Order: sequence, then C-alpha cells, then structure tokens
Amino acid sequence: MSLTTEQVRHVAHLARLGLDEVQIDSLSTQLGDILGLVDALSKADTASVTPMAHPLDMGQRGRADVVTESDRREAYQAIAPSAQDGLYRVPRVIE
Amino acid sequence: MHKDSLAALAEGLRSRRFSSRELTEHFLKRIEQYDEALNSYVTVTAERALAQADAADAQIAKGEGGPLTGIPLAHKDLFCTNGVRTACGSKMLDNFIAPYDAHIVELLDAAGMVTLGKVNMDEFAMGSSTETSYYGPTRNPWDTDRVPGGSSGGSVAAVAAGLAPVATATDTGGSIRQPAALTGLTGIKPTYGRVSRYGMVAFASSLDQAGVVAHSAEDAALVLQAMAGFDMRDSTCVERPVDDYAAALGNDIRGLKIGLPSQYFGDGLDPQVRAAVDAAAAELETLGATLTPIELPNTPLSVPTYYVVAPAEASSNLSRFDGVRYGHRCAEPANLEDLYKRSRGEGFGSEVKRRIMVGTYVLSHGYYDAYYLQAQKVRRLIADDFARAFEQVDVILGPTTQGTAFALGEQTDDPVTMYLNDIYTIAANLAGLPAMSIPCGQSAGLPIGLQLIGRHFDEGRLLNVAHAYQQVSDWHAQWPEAYA
Amino acid sequence: MNDTAHCIPDGWEAVIGLEIHCQLSTQSKIFSGSSTAYGAPPNAQASAIDLGMPGVLPVLNGEALRMAVMFGLAVDAEIAPVCVFARKHYFYPDLPKGYQISQYELPIVANGHLDITVGDAHKRIGITRAHMEEDAGKSLHEGFVNESGIDLNRAGTPLIEIVSEPELRTPAEAVAYMKKLHQIVVYLGICDGNMQEGSFRCDANVSVRRAGTTAFGTRTETKNVNSFRYVEKAIEYEINRQVEVLESGGSIQQETRLFDPSTGQTRAMRSKEDAHDYRYFPDPDLLPVHCGAQYIEDVRATLPELPVDKRARFERDYGLSTYDATVLTGERPLADFYETMVAEAGGEAKLCANWVITDLLGALNKAGLEITESPVSAAQMAALIQRIGDQTISGKIAKEVFEAMMNGEGDADAVIEAKGLRQITDDSAILAVIDQVIADNPKQLEQYKGGKDRVLGFFVGQVMKATGGKANPDAVNRLLKERLGPPGEA
Repeated sequence: MSLTTEQVRHVAHLARLGLDEVQIDSLSTQLGDILGLVDALSKADTASVTPMAHPLDMGQRGRADVVTESDRREAYQAIAPSAQDGLYRVPRVIE
Repeated sequence: MHKDSLAALAEGLRSRRFSSRELTEHFLKRIEQYDEALNSYVTVTAERALAQADAADAQIAKGEGGPLTGIPLAHKDLFCTNGVRTACGSKMLDNFIAPYDAHIVELLDAAGMVTLGKVNMDEFAMGSSTETSYYGPTRNPWDTDRVPGGSSGGSVAAVAAGLAPVATATDTGGSIRQPAALTGLTGIKPTYGRVSRYGMVAFASSLDQAGVVAHSAEDAALVLQAMAGFDMRDSTCVERPVDDYAAALGNDIRGLKIGLPSQYFGDGLDPQVRAAVDAAAAELETLGATLTPIELPNTPLSVPTYYVVAPAEASSNLSRFDGVRYGHRCAEPANLEDLYKRSRGEGFGSEVKRRIMVGTYVLSHGYYDAYYLQAQKVRRLIADDFARAFEQVDVILGPTTQGTAFALGEQTDDPVTMYLNDIYTIAANLAGLPAMSIPCGQSAGLPIGLQLIGRHFDEGRLLNVAHAYQQVSDWHAQWPEAYA
Repeated sequence: MNDTAHCIPDGWEAVIGLEIHCQLSTQSKIFSGSSTAYGAPPNAQASAIDLGMPGVLPVLNGEALRMAVMFGLAVDAEIAPVCVFARKHYFYPDLPKGYQISQYELPIVANGHLDITVGDAHKRIGITRAHMEEDAGKSLHEGFVNESGIDLNRAGTPLIEIVSEPELRTPAEAVAYMKKLHQIVVYLGICDGNMQEGSFRCDANVSVRRAGTTAFGTRTETKNVNSFRYVEKAIEYEINRQVEVLESGGSIQQETRLFDPSTGQTRAMRSKEDAHDYRYFPDPDLLPVHCGAQYIEDVRATLPELPVDKRARFERDYGLSTYDATVLTGERPLADFYETMVAEAGGEAKLCANWVITDLLGALNKAGLEITESPVSAAQMAALIQRIGDQTISGKIAKEVFEAMMNGEGDADAVIEAKGLRQITDDSAILAVIDQVIADNPKQLEQYKGGKDRVLGFFVGQVMKATGGKANPDAVNRLLKERLGPPGEA
C-alpha cells in the first residue's frame, strides 16, 4: 500500500508542511508502509468497545474565575520573530 | 563523586566533605572533558548552576534544605526553563528561550537541585535513538558507535557517563525505559497524571509522562518524590497524595505476585536478553516472589494503536509552531501560506514531518473512524488486558527491549522497523500504567534492561521490587569503563 | 422590519439558520487566568496559554461552564451529563495553537427552543445545540504595508456558539430570534450583549428554494454580522442574490461570505477557500466535563426570572397591559427599576408604569442614557409618585418637578419646597382667587350665565394660571361650580 503523491500533497497542505519533490516521493512510500502497519487495527473486534481518549477515568476540574495572569508582553515578544507596537507581524491577512 | 548515590552525595554535602559548588564544578568539568564525544548536552548552564550551588551551600550552612539540596541534575530539553533555551532537539525551537519554567523544573529548583544544563533528545521526543535531534546524535557511553536509545538519549548518556548524577526524562512510548535499558540505568515512567505536564513540550498529550533516569531505584525514588504531585495547571494531573517512595523501598517482597506475559517473550526477543530477564525473574523468586504466566492478548496491536494515537495528537500539538509568535520563521515569506509552509518545512526534521503527515492523515475527513476512533477502541482493549492481569498479579515483568543498543544509522532508513522497537514499552503508555526499566545483565558488553509494569499509582511497589533486586545484584553498579 | 414578505421574491422561500457567538462575561478567559476586559493595549492580556506557547496547558474556567448551563436551562434544552472539548484545526494567524478548543460531537447544550413573535404571529424556533469554545484573536491592518498585526487579547475569551434549526423563513424572523436570544443572555447576566465590541455576533446560513418544495438548497454562510439591522440587510441581500443566480440558470456555491455594511452587500471570503477539513478530535489536554443532576439543579436555582415569566407576572400582579409589561420587562435593569419604584411607592403600579414608560424613558432617551445611568433613582421616582398620591402636587406640576429632578436639582420634596410648588388645597384661599377671576372677567361671566357652559373651562384655566398651577384642580372645579351656579341661570 502506498499513497499517491496527490494524497501526500493534500495532507501536506492540510498540515502546512512545505515539502520538496524528493520528500513527497519518499513520503508516499513511507506513509504507505506506516498505514500498512496500523491496518492491523481494522481486524480487531471493537463492536461493543467504548473509545478510550484518556488513560485515567477522571472528569474535568473547573478553575475559579479569577484573573491570575499579569501583562508579560515584553517577555513574550522578546522571542517573537517579528513584532511591532505590541502586535505580532505576519504577511497580510486577506479576509 | 560522580559514582556516589544521591544519598551519599547528600551526606557528603551535609557533613561538608564537599560543597555543592565543588560537586557542581566536578560535573561541569566532566562534561567539558567527555561530552564532546557523547553529545549528551545541548546547553550547559554553568553560570546558573554555580549560582544555584552557592545558594544551596548557603542553605546547607544554615542547616536547612532537604535530601536533594545541592545535588546537580540535567533536564531533558523539552522541559521549559525560564531564560534558558528549550529546543526540543528541533531547529524549530533553536531560538526559543522559554519565558517560564515547567512545573517539575520549579519543584526541583525548589528542592535545591542544581541544573547543569539541558540534554539532547530525539526531535520533539519522536524517535528511539536520539538520532533525529537537530543537534546531532548522542552516543552510547558503553559503545560510542551505538545509540543510547531514545528519545531521552541525552538524559541517559549524561547519567551513564557520570556527567550528571541523575536526569529528568519523558516517556510517551518507552522514551525513558528503552534508553535506560540500553545504557544500564534505572528509569521510571510514573502513572499518567502522577507528574504535571505543565511546561513540558507536548508530543502526544494522552501518553506523555515525565520521569527520572538514575543509577538506582533508590536515587530514582528520591527525585520522583520531589517531582510528583498535584498541579492545578494540568487538567490531567491527578489530585491524590504521593506515596512515600523511599519508605516503600524497604518493603519485603515475599508473597509478591509477578506476572510474565507470554507475548513479551515471543519471536524477536534476543536470546541473551531473554536469558538475563529469566535469571532476574528467578532471582526475585528466590527473594520470595511468585512467578505466574499471564496473557496480554492484545499486545500485538499496541504498536499499530500507538502509531495512530501518538501521531494524531502530535500533528495537532505541533500546529502551534507556525513561525508567528516564537520559534523558527522562514526568511521573507511571500504570503501567509508561504510563511506557514516554509517555516514548518524548514523547522521540522524528517521524522517529525513523517509523524505530522501520518497524524494529519488519520484525523482527516473520511479516515477518522477507521483509524483514530478504532485506535481508541483498541486502546481500551489493551488497557483491559492489563486490568485483567492485575486481578491476578501485583507486578508484570518482562524485557524492556528486544535487543541491546544498535549501531548508529542502523535503523534510520526504515521507520516501521524503528517503530517496532517499542513493542514492549508502548502498552504501558496506552494504559497509563507506571513502568520502569532496571539493568539485569549484559550481552557483549552492552546492558540489558528488565521492565516492570505496575497498577495505576503503584510506583512505590515498582521501586520496591527494583530496589530489592538491586540489593542482590550489581548490574546497576556497572559503569562503562571509559567513564568510571 | 415589520413587513418583510416583500423582500422575498415571489415563488421562492428562504431557509435561514443562525449561529450566534455569545461572549460569556467571565472575569478570566475560558482556559487561562488572563483578563477578558475589553480595550487593553494589544497582547497585554495574552498569557503563555493564550499565545499557544509550548508546554502550557488549558484548564477550564468553572464559571464559563456554569454560564453555558444557565443558557441551556433558559431555553429548555438538555444539558449533557458528559460533554467533551474537541480541537478544531485550521491555520490562521489569529488562532495561536493551530486549533481552536471547541466542542463537536458532545456539546454541553442540545435540543432547546425559543418562542418568537413577528407581528401577530408566534413561532417556536428550535435550538439545535450550544457549545463552549474559545474566541480567536484579531488581525489589524492599519499602519502596516503588505502585512498585518496580530492582537491575541481576545484569544481564549469564552464563547457559547448557539446554533438554531434552519426554521427561520424571513429576515424579520431571524432578527426577532436574534433579539430574543440577546435579551435572554443579557437577562441571565452571562453576556454583556455589546454588539459593537463583538460580544454578540451572528453568522447567518441562508439558502433558498422554490416555494412548496421541501429539499434544502445549497447554503452560504455570512460571517460576523454585528447588528440587528445588518443581519436583516445581509440576509435580505443574500436571499435576493441567490434567487437571481438561480433564476438566471446559475448555481449557488457553498461558501463563506462577508457582509459589507457600507454597500449592504455580501461577498465571498478569499481566505477560507480551503475545503474545510477541521480534523476534530477530543482534546487530550482536557477531560470530559461531567454535569451531574445535582449540579444542574444548583445552577437552575440561581436562574433569574426570564423575560417571558416576568412579563406574565407584571400583567398579573401589577395589572399592567401586555404592552406596558412587555416594555418594562424588555431589559432586566428596567424591570428591576420599576419593581423597586412600585415597592417604594407602596402601590400605584399603573401610575408608576406610566411614569417610567412615558416620562423617564423619554427623558433618558433624549439624554442618551441607559436606565442604569438614570440621574433619578427608583426611590426618588417613588417619592414623586407619593407626592401626587397625597395631593402635595398635581400630576401636571409633577412633570415640572420631574424635569428638575432630572436636572439634578434634588429629590421631589426639595424641588417642591425650593420652587414653592405645593398644591393649594385650602378652599378659602382658592375661593379668594376665584372671586378675583370672576370679577376680572365680566364678559365671560355674562356668557356663562347666558348658557355657554364651556366657559367654565376658561375660568378653571384662569384660576390655575393665577395660582401658578398649584391649586388643586378638583377643588377649583368644585368651588367654581358652587360660585357660578349651573350655566344659563341668569
């Protein structure tokens, strides 16, 4: 089993991963191999099984509605690739 | 000093045979001396370490502090450390100076421990060899042509070579236990939810758990004690008192029921590894434990389940790395899409890309039920296997890995073969169970690991069994000759 | 928006469903301890969690959950015993993690409804679901060339997204539904309802079909329409556009559109051309949320009286007309004002209603003030009513007193004293004025005696004028009649 390069391109686009042609080619085989490995799952009888999303059977806790964070913009933007006037800069967002 | 137990180091500090500064300098010197060959450290924080050491010395002088005050350690480079680069083995975070501490970093700082630096790992913890790191592979101190295992390869190499007395690590599918096994160390992955994940860069959120690699169960118990416990900031962290691990070490193991799953002793297991594990089991039997064969019938499905669940969660967790707020950003993006695609394309290495692709695919439209949902169901079957087994036995014992450390470059071409390495370790993550690896022999001069898996929150018992074994064996006291 | 049937072309029917995003008025964000206050400098209220920094984790704000449950109970919906947060993935610079934490398969609220009235017609609109989610940040363009600036202060603000059944058929129905929903969330105190600041926004799903057919047409989604009027206009435009396309033989694309208030038109969005593949899955950082029966009952006990119940009670207990009761219960602070006023006044419910609706609301409206900003308190209004009741002042003088009160000249008694407005009720004092007026107007007296009874009104007016309006009008009438005798009896 292997994925078509079209499928690989589509998935790469969904994941916003820039790939070159060589990577796309090798991924179409490798993804096929990995999907072949996980295909074993389809044979398991899970008709009456509840999916398990978490290893522990617990419920979500609620936090008190209190403001605990202070303004740390300077520290956070010190590591930003590009910021101006407190805003993160990106290529133009077109709506 | 680097071969002393943590208890011995603490005693040396308290009795002023040496200061924390001297101890810290000793390790810093060893790092300088040995790490070029091993590449276990990505960042050495010497200045900071010495400042912490001085603070610890001041505390000790006042008769304050606890059992870990003044003792150095290394952090796996996915625990955020305020003001220190936290790179996760990735070009993506090569410039990421974390503006906050991980919960466990806070706790271990507060316990007075001294951070020597940040240690290498597979990129975003994805790998079993520490070869996927942007900072180059880490080498196994037992044989530098071989891998130390992964993803916590830097943690184990540093501890095994005496470049840190102990190190933090994480385990998503075996990333503490497998490298501990390949380097002759004791590594424990606690129950999911026992240690806060806050500030630990996520790989697969429902599987990741922080733990320790050390030279002995006794050392691991001390550090785990300081890391474990409730943290409001992690919704999956359990609000439950932490057992007294040090106290549990001394318990008698007579009458302990040990289960040996037939699925962990089948095809693919190296005969030497098998012999060592059998011998260790027999040793425990002589200490009064009983051995019972058990079945974990869904074991063969654990690798397929893991390689759906983990990449799915990873693909999602890694979407935040987009070049906008921190991390790698491509040069001169032409537009938004270009910014995303090139920043991510350049920032991530090939194994990470592979897993993002798998994860994106299995979550995408039309495939969710067949892959992700089905994997979650099989995950339940695997967890149920354990629940049934633990009705019969107290602890499950088996090998940690099929063989000993493999050569660098040996498995990098074939992801599926690499993934199958995790066959014995993955299930504990899927079920959220505590598990550890302890050394139980050697084959051709390379360490062999024994795995113990316990009931939820039964870390104390695992440490107890490991300690009992280490009282009657000396595999954990073996050192790679070049670093002794 | 009264008669909107005209806006739907003949032979066509519109199918409208609304998705309303309602910002919950918590102090802190849904998954972090950052403030939700509006108007802070950019990114000053964006914590590591809101920024999607590596390793940080979300923790649910319990108050956001409680508010979502309140909403569910207010629209007679089912509250899920277990609901689950899911990740919705897409890349956008205002979405820091590359996914939005939302709810997908198991939302907190399902199967509710809302009754609306358009003209004389009543209609029940189903609420399919309401789920909790986090808001995104904002992209700003001003001051940037070929770039945008991202402000993540709003990222992580708690929202409930309320999804209606596609049961609305006209723009007027859509607006009525939206207004009703707005009234409820504001009543509940779970949303400030400020549409300007985006606290209550609407996405409209619109399709059209030939009248008499039942299959749904292809729908478009018009995003972020931020006023009742724009919603009506946007839907109206979209209906007409779709009919035009279909009638000219074209087909409708399923797409996301934006409403431009300046042109009154919608246009396709360029940024979301991607096929939607959100790759939802349960968020592993958050656990299933359990709402037990006890919890739900505890929340129910805190529910305020809802508009529909309050209106019925006002009609019943205060004897008000449906119209008056509807106006007075339109907003919770107004209803509270009225009830306080009646209680302080010790009755006079109908009179109080008239004063609030006609005088107070009129004056506030003129001054551009909300009821909560009224310079005259409910207690002060009540005191004014009491002065009318005990005949200290007449209803007419009361208007003058009220005006002074609105101008901040003090409460009723102070104004009455300061201006000497106390009513004259002493017969002898009034008689003295009457005698003077009769003496001053012999011509009118003549007319009256000649049988012109309307002239009585002239005399009343003259007496009132002479007393500066302070004479008790009843007493003036009675005494004048006594003095003048029946008309035509010369």
